[in-house]
Amino acid sequence: MTQSHTLTATGLARTTRFRLDREGWISLSLLLILVVGATVAYLAGERFFVNLASRMVIIALAGVGLNLALGFGGMVSFGHAAYFGLGGYVAGIGAFHAFDMTPALGIPFLPNGSDQMIPLWLTAIALCGLLAYGIGRLSLGTSGVYFIMITLAFAQMIYYFAISWPTYGGEDGLPIYIRNQLWGLNTNNSLVFFFLCFGLLVLALSFCHRLLGSRFGAALTMARLNPIRLATSGVEPRPIKLMAFVISGMITGLAGALFADLNGFVGTSMLDWHRSGEIMVIVILGGVGRLYGPVAGAMLFVAMEFWLGGLTEYWQFFLGLVLLAVVLFARGGVFGLLAGRSRHE
Amino acid sequence: MTLSLLFEQLLNGLQLGTMLFLMASGLTLVFGVMGLINLAHGSFYMTGAFVTAWVTGTTGNFWVGLLAGTLAAAAVGALVEFAVIRRLYQRDHLDQVLATFALILIFSEGTRWLYGSSPLWLNVPQSLAGSVRLPFGVEYPLYRLAIIGMGVLIAIGLYLLISRTRLGMRIRAGENDREMIGALGVDISTLYTLVFALGAGLAGLAGATIGALQSVQVGMGEPVLILAFVVIVIGGIGSIKGALVGALLVGLVDTLGRVLLPDLFKLFMEASAASGVGAAIASMLIYILMAIILIFKPNGLFAVKH
Amino acid sequence: MNDAVLRIQNLNKRFGALHATKDVSFNVMPGEIHALIGPNGAGKSTLIAQIAGTLPPDSGTLWLDGQTLDDLSVAARARQGLGRSFQVSSLAESLSVRRNVMMAVQALQGTSFRFWTPVNSDTSLREPAEAVLEQMALSHRADTQVAELSHGERRQVEVACALALKPKVLLLDEPMAGLGPEGTAKLTTLLETLKHQVPILLIEHDMDAVFRLADRISVLVAGEVIAHGTSETIRNDPNVREAYLGDDHA
Repeated sequence: MTQSHTLTATGLARTTRFRLDREGWISLSLLLILVVGATVAYLAGERFFVNLASRMVIIALAGVGLNLALGFGGMVSFGHAAYFGLGGYVAGIGAFHAFDMTPALGIPFLPNGSDQMIPLWLTAIALCGLLAYGIGRLSLGTSGVYFIMITLAFAQMIYYFAISWPTYGGEDGLPIYIRNQLWGLNTNNSLVFFFLCFGLLVLALSFCHRLLGSRFGAALTMARLNPIRLATSGVEPRPIKLMAFVISGMITGLAGALFADLNGFVGTSMLDWHRSGEIMVIVILGGVGRLYGPVAGAMLFVAMEFWLGGLTEYWQFFLGLVLLAVVLFARGGVFGLLAGRSRHE
Repeated sequence: MTLSLLFEQLLNGLQLGTMLFLMASGLTLVFGVMGLINLAHGSFYMTGAFVTAWVTGTTGNFWVGLLAGTLAAAAVGALVEFAVIRRLYQRDHLDQVLATFALILIFSEGTRWLYGSSPLWLNVPQSLAGSVRLPFGVEYPLYRLAIIGMGVLIAIGLYLLISRTRLGMRIRAGENDREMIGALGVDISTLYTLVFALGAGLAGLAGATIGALQSVQVGMGEPVLILAFVVIVIGGIGSIKGALVGALLVGLVDTLGRVLLPDLFKLFMEASAASGVGAAIASMLIYILMAIILIFKPNGLFAVKH
Repeated sequence: MNDAVLRIQNLNKRFGALHATKDVSFNVMPGEIHALIGPNGAGKSTLIAQIAGTLPPDSGTLWLDGQTLDDLSVAARARQGLGRSFQVSSLAESLSVRRNVMMAVQALQGTSFRFWTPVNSDTSLREPAEAVLEQMALSHRADTQVAELSHGERRQVEVACALALKPKVLLLDEPMAGLGPEGTAKLTTLLETLKHQVPILLIEHDMDAVFRLADRISVLVAGEVIAHGTSETIRNDPNVREAYLGDDHA
């Protein structure tokens, strides 16, 4: 038995990259469903459903970001709305100043606002990285419940700041009148925008895949499984976790920038702690620590929102029941149900 | 800034601190004894407020309503503990967060279903209406003063409960050693239900009393819940004393910051910008306070060993 | 005394009224197994924690290969060349044996902030790890999950992880505990050959193993080193017999 185990394991190590296992097939199918669904809806003239698919993709991206910290780094952040919202506000504020032709934040020596997606995305990623670095530095000194509450509290701080700062709409939020631009593409076309988001999601997934298989990923995995072992091996756990936390915030921030452009609006609801909870729910629904878990989670979540929301105004009541059932009885989420226990190594 | 305004705001800060203590003591007790993080604690606050408003509306008596609201919150707490929470004690914090987040969704939407989206109103009882004259020429609402008084009584009551009674002894034993208390032959599940119901009842009482100052609406418990989190992070999770100190600190800093900061910024900024920046900074003040305390005391002011 | 690999000087630790580590000094020389023995409650765990870096001493100094370890974190001490195993096995249960060992190889090679090259096919990580596993006679278990290993095998993997760091000294915390006669014999043989590669500070309960293996022994009683010396000296030391072995052995 030992013999055959060793054989299959070595065999796997050689061929994994070229052969899909069950989890791989499910992941691929999810991406295919999104692409085919959005394209068919577009051809049928159903813009609403194309946007629904874009919404799934963007929320999945936010979840991919959180999953890096939560699923792979074991850091239960209850404040990822901060990055989601900050990313959104970067897109919104950039567009606002581009529209007004005033310098960013109204500070004279800063360049004018921008309605170009690439610089906006880069700004969102950089600022979210910075914010995550600050929050991570302070929060990673603690663990367990403290970490959960502190990340939540810092996200609330950003939320209240946004509410009480009147320049960018305060409680009313900030509309984006014209969707931000990318080179010569027509970003107003729903399918073009969908594929932009989809491309970024695939990029983020591949990046995370690569990252998790790297030396950094090995250290991060060890930091989650057994930080004492990691330290005894000579690697400080905290910088590893902090780096993962920063990257996690960056990815979620990028999703926020896309989300603001999708809705043509950014408001404090993107910073609300319910949002943090939702991103977390998406990760859990899909299956914690599964790379494609957030994709499944986001698809399920947005589908439920649409379907239950159409049936009853109180759809969140049922979302609560579903979530409770998943936590109590189906811990592995969608991937746990479909693909069995997660692979190790 | 006059002295009387400052004094008045000081009292307002105390009153907010009192409310936060009622919320935070339940949270911290539940964490200390059962090791559970409960996001749905704000739902008990809301339950207390809704039931009080509803019963007061039907009976016309605020005190009956207050009693009903507090008891209803405690009862709902016991029920929730029995149905859901006790399955979570052995789970990790992530599961606890998610399950209690699910409970928030169920409670909030359920309440909206029952009562509709428009807020209920609850009036200050006749006997506590009006205001009293205090030093520095302050006319302060009697009701708010009564809240502060109630907070003091409850803090003393909790202290006596925990230090003097058999239940308190078991709670302390449970905080120190969860296995040990089982070995002592104490019925743990009953103890846990009791502690949880006690925390829920205190939250319900807080919601009920605040209901008369604000409108009673869905989601009212959430801002308070997050403030209560800040309180127990500052005070040290699991410590009742920490909850008290943290609650007063947060109540005072938040209230006074909102009044003082805009004025402070007016000293070196033009007035409209000063009030904007001042308000924005003031809204972040308690989180900044929390961050500073965490840098020096990562486990809070009155850290409890676990 | 400058050629000592690990030098511990005047270490003190108090917990309130309890003086848990009392002016402890000893050293580990190249090529030797230095055993630290003592009855339960003598303060062995407290001492190990201070050497490994999980507990800061009140006073005293540690040198490893001429460099001080004071104020260094656990990870920094490991990088300086302090390899250790734990009394209660501390491995990543859900990972394979190889991946556990590869972590130490990775640390030895420097930065973990490399985000692109996959570790699974990285021969510069795999080969050193496999070499250590072979030395420990664990090659056949390389792909096995730690969770599936026997108690003795875990001990071996811990030592393998420590060895992969190419340590200057090896700190083994009760490696024989719970092993049974056969496992103890195997590990004893292994440590005998290992000491020529890296000196060992052995904290151990199993007296037979200690007297067989140790070149020198220090005896810790109530936080204090009451005797130093070879097996022979310690065996005959009246203080040790009284304090450690108790009257019925005297």
